[in-house]
Amino acid sequence: MKKRNEVKIVFPSRSVNEGFSRAAVAAFVAVCDPTVEELSDIKTAVSEAVTNAVVHAYPDREGSVTVTVTVYDTNVVKIRVRDKGVGIEDVQKAREALFTTAGDDRSGLGFTVMESFSDKLQVRSKPGKGTAVTITKRITGKRAG
Amino acid sequence: MQIVSENETLTVYLSGEIDHHSAKPLREKTDQVLLLKSPALLVLDFSGVSFMDSSGVGFVMGRYKKAASIHCKTAVTGLKARDRKIMALSGLERLVEFR
Repeated sequence: MKKRNEVKIVFPSRSVNEGFSRAAVAAFVAVCDPTVEELSDIKTAVSEAVTNAVVHAYPDREGSVTVTVTVYDTNVVKIRVRDKGVGIEDVQKAREALFTTAGDDRSGLGFTVMESFSDKLQVRSKPGKGTAVTITKRITGKRAG
Repeated sequence: MQIVSENETLTVYLSGEIDHHSAKPLREKTDQVLLLKSPALLVLDFSGVSFMDSSGVGFVMGRYKKAASIHCKTAVTGLKARDRKIMALSGLERLVEFR
């Protein structure tokens, strides 16, 4: 798999950037000619990953969130959302549906939604060091249809 | 967002994108009117929603709880197929009427 293109977006962990980041990723992957459905899947998964970073990574301060999008020649898209926040103690537990530590009307479905709308989801986290979520999706695109 | 109160029904017309950022004012406004009007039925209308993530589920869950505490039923209408798929992940369909 050869890299076709890549972009890195860095922004502060403010909730107003949730909308910006999913729109930016959607614009970048447009080169793969995704269907409307595929584009919605990507926007939803990115929104969940970035929201997790905004809500959980930096409980008492503002920190940075880095989104790296890589498009491969095989029309595979990898989106990595990384923070340098508090990390996740138990990743397996965090990935369980309906589990949340946030309260405040959080559904606890973030990882479940990311899994449903991507082909592969990898979560790496170290308490005190931060979390990196990698979403992989193959774009079948309009050409295939 | 528009809220219409008619007879014993309070209908909330949601629009635009629902995410963690935008959900907060929607939640506050809805709860304020809900407690003020104390209706028998709360209808959350998603017809005008162009995007939602799991924050939309959290919004419905929270309103369901708030409404139930004042003996008010909750119904959800106008969901697009993919948003309904997200809602279904939560098991909310056992508690809330999806029209």
